[in-house]
Amino acid sequence: MNDAVDTVVQPAEGVATLLGTDGEPESPIEAYRFDFETTAATSKEPAWLREARRSAFAEFERDGFPTMKDEDWHFTNVAPISEKIFRTGAKGGPVSAEVVERFGHGEAWHTVVFVNGRAEQSHGPALPDGVSVTTLASEISGDSALLQRHLSKLSTPESGAFTALNAAMAADGAVIRISADVVVEKPIHLLFIADAVSENTAVQTRNLVFAERHSQATVIESYVSVGGDSYFTNAVTEVFVDDGARLGHYKLQTESRNAFHVGTVQVKQGRDSRYESFSFATGARLSRTNVYSTLAGEAAEVVMNGLYMVDGSQHVDHQTRIEHVAPNCPSHELYKGILDGRSHGVFNGKVYVHPEAQKTDGKQSNNNLLLSESARVDTKPQLEIFADDVKCTHGATVGRLDETALFYMRSRGVGPLEAKRLLTYAFAADVLEKIELEPLKLSLERQVLERFTSN
Amino acid sequence: MLVIKNLRASIGDKEILKGIDLTVNAGEIHAVMGPNGSGKSTLAQVLAGHPGYEVTGGEVLYDGKNLLEMDAEVRAQEGIFLAFQYPIEIPGVTNAYFLRSAYNEIRKSKGMTELDPLEFLDLMEEKTKIVEMDPAMMNRSVNTGFSGGEKKRNEILQMAVLEPRLAILDETDSGLDIDALKVVSNGVNALRSPDKAMIVVTHYQRLLNYIVPDFVHVLANGRIVKSGGKELALELEAKGYDWIPGAAA
Repeated sequence: MNDAVDTVVQPAEGVATLLGTDGEPESPIEAYRFDFETTAATSKEPAWLREARRSAFAEFERDGFPTMKDEDWHFTNVAPISEKIFRTGAKGGPVSAEVVERFGHGEAWHTVVFVNGRAEQSHGPALPDGVSVTTLASEISGDSALLQRHLSKLSTPESGAFTALNAAMAADGAVIRISADVVVEKPIHLLFIADAVSENTAVQTRNLVFAERHSQATVIESYVSVGGDSYFTNAVTEVFVDDGARLGHYKLQTESRNAFHVGTVQVKQGRDSRYESFSFATGARLSRTNVYSTLAGEAAEVVMNGLYMVDGSQHVDHQTRIEHVAPNCPSHELYKGILDGRSHGVFNGKVYVHPEAQKTDGKQSNNNLLLSESARVDTKPQLEIFADDVKCTHGATVGRLDETALFYMRSRGVGPLEAKRLLTYAFAADVLEKIELEPLKLSLERQVLERFTSN
Repeated sequence: MLVIKNLRASIGDKEILKGIDLTVNAGEIHAVMGPNGSGKSTLAQVLAGHPGYEVTGGEVLYDGKNLLEMDAEVRAQEGIFLAFQYPIEIPGVTNAYFLRSAYNEIRKSKGMTELDPLEFLDLMEEKTKIVEMDPAMMNRSVNTGFSGGEKKRNEILQMAVLEPRLAILDETDSGLDIDALKVVSNGVNALRSPDKAMIVVTHYQRLLNYIVPDFVHVLANGRIVKSGGKELALELEAKGYDWIPGAAA
């Protein structure tokens, strides 16, 4: 009765077969593959980059997204990211002056605005001589030798699926070069805005920062959103801090409550360099921030601080890693967390002291404040020491607001809400104090205060 | 001003106050003395509204109002002040910010306008003199890193600023050397007035040489077992507590 012949359609060479019958991807991996094949891999990029991207994508496909069986992801389930279809390659677009005003710092800072991952505009004072801030897209189209030499050299595709995916697909980001001996007084602000059409998009951002010998600068990365969209930011920043250079690097993650954020900062420090990092994370439904530094030159100093504040059902995860390779290096780290609602915080700080890294002075702490019964924290400071003449300490605490202090304040006439707000603020202020960039410190202090006023 | 009737209070399953009766009128200073563990500090904390204690019986009237129904901050706004035996450290909150918040909360509750930081600074200039405190201490975190003496002075400073009608001093003299004791006592005496009252809880008669009470009460095993004038304190100093019926351990 049925004359129809079962025909096996041989997939033709080409990208069309990457998609399901209705032309839409049927799985997240299919979406990534399609977007990779139709954009990154087929672009007019230099051959070396196309090759690197293809091998990174293969790495990503081979690894797949991490699971909770993976030691580095033991407390963070990335299924909400890995099981959802996100499309890479969304367009940027103009963004209103009002929005830039809201998230920027006026004309005081050198600001580059990215919308949905694409560089759109820049603001602020002229950059001093010896400093350049360009975009990854322009470095790629100009086939920059610098890029070829350094891209994915610190943060390699082998270091994990998210980084591999980023290496395969990141089309834009900032490339900052501070020449030797140049001091940049005003901060360089990279403002990444997810606009109102970012729903279900993946924003793959790659930044490179070169602080040459004895240069001095401050770089701020802000990840913000104008709406409540559900999108996925996957950012990687590679930072080279050469001998004697000093770099302040602040990362502010205040994405939409429905967004997902995975961000890695990988730093390599030369002799006598100083790198100060601060991670401020209050946004996203699920976020993971990695801050890694390798102290490759003698007497290099690293400071890693952070503050995360979440509530509702937010999940915030930080992983830091400090590799003491060279001797006489100090590393100081303080992360604080404030968790309310049913939120979940994760901190994993690793300090590795290699056999040659004698006279290492390492100090690491993570303190958490739980404001509700159902908030939860998993904290895991780790020290691995293979040198014998070092001074290293680490510790973690998880606590609640001090009832005696609350009563003390109430006995002076301060109501319970105000007393809680003050104590919570005080807990956070302790780590914000450490921010060396004064206007940023004040701005974050205000944000923290406001956050606890509305409760 | 304050009428305490058969007050009973517990912490957990342990009853500490077992029926306290005490009446304090405006202008009076009452000293409460007694051996360790007699319930002196508990009485002070219960009057200030510490949520850790459960009042299991009796009543406390303050200006005819039921004090026990008021939250701690309401009691403070109504003019009750407790100088803590162990003042609490609050890292990250400056003395000035904390005290101004408290001061303004109390003013707000009375329908008065709040002071801005500059106006408050002027007030501090004046009040820090009462306890001979360096005004620079106002910019330090509340009690954080303060010496024992500095903490107690800070308590009296708070009292001088908040101007309570009923001040309860809980072992304010403990841990003070004689110089600090004089400073603190002078501060307290400066705040005496006919419309204000004080309850001075202390373990030692020494303090009462400087802050002279109108009445002395002996608290033992959760009850007031003896009351008298200021001479009772001297008698206690000389003879201890064991001679008083009901005070023996």
